[in-house]
Amino acid sequence: MSTDAIVELKGIGKTYETGVDALRDVNHAFPAGKLSTLLGPSGCGKTTLLKIIGGLIAPTTGEVCVKGKRVDGPGAERAFVFQDFALLPWATVLRNVAFGLELRGTPKEQRIEIARKFIGEVGLAGFESSYPHQLSGGMRQRVGLARALTVDADIILMDEPFSSVDEQTRRKFQEDMLDLLRHRQKTVIFVTHSIEEAAYLSDRIVLLSARPGTVSQIIHPNVDRGNKSPDEIRRDKNYLDAVDEIWQVLKKYLA
Amino acid sequence: MRVFGKRIPLSVSLVFWFVVWEAVGRLGVSSIFPPLSRIVAAGMTVLATEKFVKAAEISLRSFALGMAFALIVGIGLGVLMARVESIGRLLGTWVNVFVSAPISALVPILMALLGIGETTVVATVFLFAVFVIILDTQVGIRKADRSLIEMARSFGANGYQIYTKVLILSALPEILAGIRLAAIRGVKGVVIGQLLVSIIGVGELFELYSKHFLMEEFWALVIVVFAFALVVSEGIAYLERRVEFYAGAR
Repeated sequence: MSTDAIVELKGIGKTYETGVDALRDVNHAFPAGKLSTLLGPSGCGKTTLLKIIGGLIAPTTGEVCVKGKRVDGPGAERAFVFQDFALLPWATVLRNVAFGLELRGTPKEQRIEIARKFIGEVGLAGFESSYPHQLSGGMRQRVGLARALTVDADIILMDEPFSSVDEQTRRKFQEDMLDLLRHRQKTVIFVTHSIEEAAYLSDRIVLLSARPGTVSQIIHPNVDRGNKSPDEIRRDKNYLDAVDEIWQVLKKYLA
Repeated sequence: MRVFGKRIPLSVSLVFWFVVWEAVGRLGVSSIFPPLSRIVAAGMTVLATEKFVKAAEISLRSFALGMAFALIVGIGLGVLMARVESIGRLLGTWVNVFVSAPISALVPILMALLGIGETTVVATVFLFAVFVIILDTQVGIRKADRSLIEMARSFGANGYQIYTKVLILSALPEILAGIRLAAIRGVKGVVIGQLLVSIIGVGELFELYSKHFLMEEFWALVIVVFAFALVVSEGIAYLERRVEFYAGAR
């Protein structure tokens, strides 16, 4: 697995029209094929940073490079999973999952076939013709994840994908997501405010400082996921150490 | 409705008032209210005459044309006003003034401008209908979920796709509500326009019947026009309910 930088942030700064400094001089290189988490005190601009990487918000200063090329907007090599799911309420699960392909002009039969495959993979087979309001929060986010997978982007950007999902559903979902991503060489950049979630899921944790956010520290949890069950991982020494290390850093930013 | 613990079907209410009307008519309280049975009989004869068919044709055409223009202009302007702030500010006040204004007062001016004929009636229908469509479309587009637009952009949607695949569909419940109100106003527009022009369509018939005191024919025509307005409105309401279902958890 290559560890070349796939996404590079060079001197990213963001000042909102209201005068709020959200980010200042963020420099970081995300290695390919790894799951990196953006974590920081609330209001540190982690979602803003993710949206800048996704090309949805323009930075005030600096540039984003994907695979060595500067980008100024969304692109086919990046797919987004949204905190509030962002599903079309008038469209079935099938059409929602296929929507990214629909926008790209993939022929109908082909995109339906691809969508069906991913609906199966995220565990929603049988719900193809349901509407979003008939599904639970966890199921809706599975639709969001399937939609991001159909477009076959190398980079998946996830904005607190589990935050609107209840605790038990979240654990199951996290495990399923790790399973799904493990054998696909995806680069995942993941925003969360949960220390445990970051330590459990990530290869690397990028800790941001309080506002204006900048990279404060990189933590490698080194959790050996090998053949361990999720419950064993949660008792793993490296996992517990990572949780503690993150907390020691974040504590400084809490007033 | 329940009377003495028994469910009374809604149609009973209709039947009850039909009976009251029939009785009042037969008592001969006023020649303005003939018995319902005679109105129905008159209606049957009137509906079959060439004069009525022609009047209905002209009226429906004016209604359809006026509504079509109102739909195109109303949805177009509503979307523009919601998306382009300067246009919204420029026109917002005027739309609000006209949506509550008694448009009937303008019909004489329309007659002076467009002549005494069908064009004036089409323009009346248009003016009666267009403002509520503008207003509701604007509200619908403004309320459209920001994150859906962001989602579409993140998957590479172009401007056109954002409008056709996200914004318009997102605003559909409000747009349909606007169209339903507009259609009800449009029926009023046809009748008022034609009454004031008074030489064409249903308006000409109303004028003719009331002038010659043909109350049976007059009431038959009223019932037909009322029924038409109700059917149009209920038809759109049915569409609205289906859309509401799909838009369920917005």
